Amino acid sequence: MTITEPGTQSAEDNTNAVPTPTDNLNDHKPNGFGRMLRKEDPRLVRGRGQFCDDVQVPGMLHLAILRSPMAHARIVSIDKSAAEAHPKVKAVVTGADLAEHNLAWMPTLSNDVQAVLATDKVRFQHQEVAFVVAEDRYSARDALELIDVEYEWLDPVIDVRQALAPDAPVIRDDLEGKTDNHCFDWEAGSKDDTEAVFADARENGIVVTEDIVYPRVHPAPMETCGCVADLDPVSGKLTLWSTTQAPHAHRTVYALVAGLPEHKIRIIAPDIGGGFGNKVPIYPGYVCSIVASLLIGKPVKWMEDRTENLVSTGFARDYIMRGEIAATKEGKIRAIRTEVLADHGAFNGTAAPVKYPAGFFGVFTGSYDIEAAYAHMSAVYTNKAPGGVAYACSFRITEAVYLVERMVDVLAYDLEMDPAELRLQNFIQPEQFPYESKTGWVYDSGDYEPTMRKALDMAGYAELRAEQEEKRSRGELMGIGISFFTEAVGAGPRKDMDILGLGMADGCELRVHPTGKAVVRLSVKTQGQGHETTFAQIIAQEIGIPPDDIDVVHGDTDNTPFGLGTYGSRSTPVSGAAAALVARKVRDKAQIIASGMLEASVADLEYEAGTFRVKGDPEQSVTIQDIAMRAHGAGDLPEGIEGGLEAQICYNPENLTYPFGAYICVVDVDPGTAEVKVRRFVAVDDCGTQINPMIVEGQVHGGLADGVGMALMEMISFDEEGNCLAGSLMDYLIPTAMEVPDWETGHTVTPSPHHPIGAKGIGESATVGSPPAIVNAVVDALKPYGIRHADMPLTPSRVWEAMQGNHTPPI
Amino acid sequence: MQVPAPFEYERATSVDHAIALMERLGDEARLVAGGHSLIPMMKLRLATPEYLIDINDLASELGYIRVEGDEVRIGAMTRHRELLESNDLAAVLPIFRDAEKVIADPVVRNRGTLGGSLCQADPSEDLSAVCDAIGASCVIRGRSGERVVSMHDFHRGPYETAVADGEMLTEVRVPIRPHSGSAYHKVERRAGDWAVASAGAAVTMDGDVIADGRVGLCAVGPNLTNIEPISAALSGQAPSEDLYATVGQIAADNATPSTDTRGTAAYKTHLAKELTIRSLRKAVARATGQE
Ligand SMILES: Cc1cc2nc3c(=O)[nH]c(=O)nc-3n(C[C@H](O)[C@H](O)[C@H](O)COP(=O)(O)OP(=O)(O)OC[C@H]3O[C@@H](n4cnc5c(N)ncnc54)[C@H](O)[C@@H]3O)c2cc1C
Repeated sequence: MTITEPGTQSAEDNTNAVPTPTDNLNDHKPNGFGRMLRKEDPRLVRGRGQFCDDVQVPGMLHLAILRSPMAHARIVSIDKSAAEAHPKVKAVVTGADLAEHNLAWMPTLSNDVQAVLATDKVRFQHQEVAFVVAEDRYSARDALELIDVEYEWLDPVIDVRQALAPDAPVIRDDLEGKTDNHCFDWEAGSKDDTEAVFADARENGIVVTEDIVYPRVHPAPMETCGCVADLDPVSGKLTLWSTTQAPHAHRTVYALVAGLPEHKIRIIAPDIGGGFGNKVPIYPGYVCSIVASLLIGKPVKWMEDRTENLVSTGFARDYIMRGEIAATKEGKIRAIRTEVLADHGAFNGTAAPVKYPAGFFGVFTGSYDIEAAYAHMSAVYTNKAPGGVAYACSFRITEAVYLVERMVDVLAYDLEMDPAELRLQNFIQPEQFPYESKTGWVYDSGDYEPTMRKALDMAGYAELRAEQEEKRSRGELMGIGISFFTEAVGAGPRKDMDILGLGMADGCELRVHPTGKAVVRLSVKTQGQGHETTFAQIIAQEIGIPPDDIDVVHGDTDNTPFGLGTYGSRSTPVSGAAAALVARKVRDKAQIIASGMLEASVADLEYEAGTFRVKGDPEQSVTIQDIAMRAHGAGDLPEGIEGGLEAQICYNPENLTYPFGAYICVVDVDPGTAEVKVRRFVAVDDCGTQINPMIVEGQVHGGLADGVGMALMEMISFDEEGNCLAGSLMDYLIPTAMEVPDWETGHTVTPSPHHPIGAKGIGESATVGSPPAIVNAVVDALKPYGIRHADMPLTPSRVWEAMQGNHTPPI
Repeated sequence: MQVPAPFEYERATSVDHAIALMERLGDEARLVAGGHSLIPMMKLRLATPEYLIDINDLASELGYIRVEGDEVRIGAMTRHRELLESNDLAAVLPIFRDAEKVIADPVVRNRGTLGGSLCQADPSEDLSAVCDAIGASCVIRGRSGERVVSMHDFHRGPYETAVADGEMLTEVRVPIRPHSGSAYHKVERRAGDWAVASAGAAVTMDGDVIADGRVGLCAVGPNLTNIEPISAALSGQAPSEDLYATVGQIAADNATPSTDTRGTAAYKTHLAKELTIRSLRKAVARATGQE
């Protein structure tokens, strides 16, 4: 494999080895940061990955779940006798059975409760009603059809706008005293200050308002959710192989819910085929499997099928937003305001730090220096699947960025200003960092204009506008869309951030073996992000042990320190910092041992790339490998120094990190069929220090493709009865290589001042930043039709409807 | 993993064997060709046949594209991929390549067959619209022999064809005439998706006028084979943008789509017109050697 873009390596990359175009990427493996192929890939591309469904345990049984055909119905009766009579069935369990063990309900990540199996009524279509355990998967599935459930239809609440209507059926009558479908209210910023600016702008400037929907979408990982639960009847120890992005958090939650002592729970997250937030929550299926193993005394496997994954597991987004901007007539943005109606489904399963029920939506003021901002949100229950997970959204920043970047374009439209110019003239300036936003977020570092200018240059912005003008005169529809986003990732400082009381700090352990090889143990869990490579590179950069000599252990709670897991782009900001600091701790000890070996004082030694030298006498040196042997060897160690070369740490981040980027999308729209073709996409990202630029680009490529999906095709829709219309990948579309252009990526580097290596998260930047760029491009293409806004997903039908004047079509 | 209900499985080694098996096993048996319509339905338990009769061993007997004289004969087991790649077919009936480029994806095209597509008779099946536009006829074989029916008679409605119990489709025949052209246009939400709507057109020229023209529509109504007013409107007319628009409007007037996640009824009706116009324009260009 050759790399075609060595030019993207700039001096700021701290790259030790810059390959030339003809080099094999791994011929010059960096001993630290830089491009190298992923260590995990040989295993994955050769089919040697071990995923949950690959786990086979002797005597293992199979579990299948019976789900509700209706969105809202009372359970009148369940007859399971025929299923129990199936020769291969070992157990049939209903909600009533679970209730006897006080296990019918479980807490969600947002301090709500969710039914493990429905007892009183079902609250969304495909809700879990009963489970069967059988000798094989086929028999378990066959036996589901033998369970006879009688339901009594109840009117469902499907249209979120009707959820708070006085006569709306009450979904959560399980909650004491609940008489409506209100879930929570949330606000940020100053209502009065913001209204004052709006009042002034109405008189002397301009106010723009737009209704914007971010539809319900699904993370749709390739691997569905599942587990193997093995509760050893003798030792009482539960081993749970599980598709989880947060093994430690899950262990503690199981301990709290099921009352199992925490040391008797081992969670193993094997290879994971994509998470995107889908594998953060604890699903009823996991709990059912544990219960089944407990009841039967045998290991039990449960793997969702594709439909179950799409219709019942954590969805994302589903925000109905009214956005408003107050500005001067010259285009100085003064205030931003929004009113949001959030659909949380039947149970509030949002995964977000406890004090942030709306996630980090509060960063909706974007990259702009403004006078005032205010948001108010009402979240409601509906008869839809629960969730509201962090689907590659950095805790709702996706919605926030979409809102502000769409609204800035709405303002540009009304002011007849160029959207690039409008953004440039409103940016927070470099000297204003750290910048405290009007909703209380402290942006750590940023230098927005160079990033924006780089994107404009790469795109050839002026030429594109000229081409567009010429095409418009011929009746052709071409659009150019821009988005400039700032994210807040790396949750987070334990003083404000916890999930169910667990602080969001991460542990890390590093152990150097006598021969100078090492093992690093992490709490985070890769789902494709390349942790086995990135974390080895971080350690390598600090202590000079080559990445290939470092084993990265993760995803097994018995073998790794505590930490909150991988989502919200937090692994590099939190665990990446922990890895750098633990390596520095080891290096400090190594330096003391080196001082003994070289008979020099510690202060007289200098370190470079794995070697300690005596200052002024560079011949006198020892390597980290020499030191490792000495640390474990028979010789004397400096006074007070224990043998061994290892350290551990728990890193509590001081702040979030604030990556940003400028994205430009070019689309062509067929005026006759309304089909959208994404012709070009330029993405300039700034995630601070880049550890492995190839992995950074991979993350960006994936996120951009994801953005094309959301902007153009993804939506979970429901009919009036609450039937989910997205039950397969033929109905819920995700993009293919045919819908995406060749990505044109670039970067700038503005390190985070508080992160030990200056790195910021990159995992979700592109998912967050790309949908508004694409939608802005399509809306720009439709300018000749007088269109200022159209809602996602911009399928041909919805674009055509927008051209007819319906910007929120029926489906 | 989605798992089908229990079923038994037989492999046919010849057309006669397949017919004999169907007779013996009765109406709870289903043929499986490429399996790309039937197996997904079985996995979702929307179809629960007791027996499957696998006819993939008939791929050599029924997998062929023969351009002979004034007729093309295509065996029922011809895979989508073969229809896509055949230069002989593209030379006389370019509509096949147009359509196959946008049917499903390579994985499905490697297995899915012409016979399976027509017999599935899904109103969104592209090859039905293609075969309709080009005036194909279908050869059906049973124990008592063979019969040949027009596409119009073949299609009885959604998921219903003239193939009776104990019978199977063996071949599709298409007349080829000089000065002819054909084309297909489809709008899909994404590569590999079923049509939001599509239209195929075929014309035969007589000097400067269209002697014969047909349009087949897909996904805009249950049974849109042989729209007579379209053929009547085209016959004897000189091609022009006005003519295409008139015919497009007839197509739209005959369309009875419903609103679903692929699009609104209004949009699909619009597409029936737009895609009819585009297909006619291209078919005429091809017939008159302009492409
Ligand atoms: C992901 C995906 C996308 C698709 N997209 C499209 C698309 O865009 N456009 C499109 O047109 N199609 C599409 N299809 C359908 C595809 O073309 C199928 O292959 C085709 O519809 C059926 O052909 P088959 O050989 O697979 O039939 P099978 O599934 O094997 O059979 C279908 C039915 O026909 C019967 N049958 C099969 N052969 C015969 C015969 N010789 N005589 C009598 N009965 C027979 C079977 O008993 C069964 O009832 C898609 C399918 C998938 C899975």
